[in-house]
Amino acid sequence: MSESAISCRGLVKRYGSVVAVDGLDLEVSRGECFGMLGPNGAGKTTTIEIIQGLLEPDAGEVRVLGLSWDSHEPELRQRMGSQLQETKLAERLTVRETVTMFRSFYREGCAVDDVLEQVQLQEKQDSWIVKLSGGQRQRLAVACALVCTPEILFLDEPTTGLDPQSRRQLWEIVSAFGKDGGTVLLTTHYMEEAEQLCDRVAIVDHGQIIALGSPQQLIASLGAEDVVEFALEDASSVESSVLATLPGVQHVRVENGTVHLTVRRVHEAVPALMELLAQRGARLSEMLTHHATLEDVFLSLTGRHLRDE
Amino acid sequence: MSSPVGGPLLQLTLWRIRDFIREPEALFWVFAFPIILAFALGLAFSSRGPAIVRIAVEDGPGGRQLHESLDSMPNIMSVLLAGDEAQRRLSTGRVALVAVAGEPALLRYDSTRSEANLARLVVENAIQEASGRRDVREIREQRVTDPGSRYIDFLIPGLIGMNIMGTGLWGVGYGIVRQRNHKLLKRLLASPMRKSQYMLSHVLARMVFLVGEVGAVLLFGHLAFGVPVRGSLLSIAAIVFTGALTFSGIGLLVASRARTIEGVSGLMNLVMVPMWIFSGIFFAYSNFPEVLHPFIVAIPLTALNDALRAVMLEGTSIFAVGGLLAIVAGWGLASFGVALRMFRWE
Repeated sequence: MSESAISCRGLVKRYGSVVAVDGLDLEVSRGECFGMLGPNGAGKTTTIEIIQGLLEPDAGEVRVLGLSWDSHEPELRQRMGSQLQETKLAERLTVRETVTMFRSFYREGCAVDDVLEQVQLQEKQDSWIVKLSGGQRQRLAVACALVCTPEILFLDEPTTGLDPQSRRQLWEIVSAFGKDGGTVLLTTHYMEEAEQLCDRVAIVDHGQIIALGSPQQLIASLGAEDVVEFALEDASSVESSVLATLPGVQHVRVENGTVHLTVRRVHEAVPALMELLAQRGARLSEMLTHHATLEDVFLSLTGRHLRDE
Repeated sequence: MSSPVGGPLLQLTLWRIRDFIREPEALFWVFAFPIILAFALGLAFSSRGPAIVRIAVEDGPGGRQLHESLDSMPNIMSVLLAGDEAQRRLSTGRVALVAVAGEPALLRYDSTRSEANLARLVVENAIQEASGRRDVREIREQRVTDPGSRYIDFLIPGLIGMNIMGTGLWGVGYGIVRQRNHKLLKRLLASPMRKSQYMLSHVLARMVFLVGEVGAVLLFGHLAFGVPVRGSLLSIAAIVFTGALTFSGIGLLVASRARTIEGVSGLMNLVMVPMWIFSGIFFAYSNFPEVLHPFIVAIPLTALNDALRAVMLEGTSIFAVGGLLAIVAGWGLASFGVALRMFRWE
């Protein structure tokens, strides 16, 4: 089908004097895994809840699967699965009872056993939810979303607070859903998650999309693929203006005494940097290089980090 | 593909039931507590002979003689005390009355306390008799201890009513607020679950437990104290059913907007405390001033208790208490109606 899975125009949502979503446009194709990446408070959750028909926007238009919430709510609810942030499922129900209950709300869907297998919770199916680990609870939340075999899966920060292994398990489940042709809209403040899962990413800040593209495109937009970070014992010995003239250096930023060079050709930039430091007699206290990430994209666009750590 | 898991209403109701039976504390308060209360109050107020009044006689001229003559009466227990000590015991309620010998004799007591009024009558009578008063008419006594007219018989229907109110409000209200607080209501809203079925599941689950919680108290009252059930069980079931529906509706209303457990607890108390006081659970509301009666009988728990007592103790038919049931049901319908409009899902 040709129409988009999700289409939003000019979404606005205010809470008192705070503008949570500020004229946001969004287009997600069918079969696409689309991520909204941004720091806490950027308006990601408000946006995804408006798209799910849980919040009323103050202005703007939303269409999901070509339909509007006003006229087709019951049908849309049948065709989407959702995992919300901070939902605590009933503690004294078992895993199987919970999935069975959610299954009963839908006309169509898959067998409870199948979805338990999909999220690897068969062994825990008779445990009370209160006994599950954080990762297991989150997989259960996704199971409740998948049990209707949705056309669109909404995930609001699905791996926040999980350990790396649980996070990877969840990514596998979402990837498998995408491989079968499902559409995913997820929010995250983990750039690894966006890079790993998403075909396209919208970087969101202050309720607006400030960059949009595939993770590769966004990183390429920096004009450089690598980042060199270093710190000097005496920070005043080299000026930023001099660093910017080194071969291959695109951008210089100093933060808490650490210098970040965004560079195009790391094999030219690093020897030149070393030579400069030797001339000035400056001594390195720390140095590392890495490929540029979405974090660097966010940093170069806003001057801030995705997470306040 | 047809759903192999039973309808959503069944699943939602099963959820409510499982939530409840997997919480041992809740089971205690709903099933065991009313029985313990009935047992304690039943023991305290049953099998008691004529009341003995405790009084003090002030030490002074003629005091000892008055004390001895009063203390020799079978229904008076007297102590001889110095004036200030006697006054202290009176003001702390350890004696109901202080008598001072003299001409005329003085009886000091607090007329707002029922045991003090009783003491006044008993002591006056004893003093008059000891001084040689002759009764002009003979009085014959007959003590009533028949089942159906004792305090325990009054109490058991009251406890059943109180339990229906408490479990309706707590069972429905607490669960809803907790789910709202846990963002679970919002998650359900994101699914195609029908809101009306969600609300109905709370009421249905209440009906399931009603049989047990009312049955337990009735059976206990009958076995332990011989409390009679003179009307038909079917009539009692109909009254209890109406009451439970109504208090589920009030529970829904109380929980329709509260965001926190603290908030809903306050609202519950606001609703329940007046009914505990006015609705004749532990004592008859005829103790309150006449002008209040029209308001008191319009309270749902009063109507429920009156209907239960009429059917249980007097064997009244269900049709004769139709007016009372209409009051109960009216509250229920109004609460449901308002709750549906006000209900907040997030």
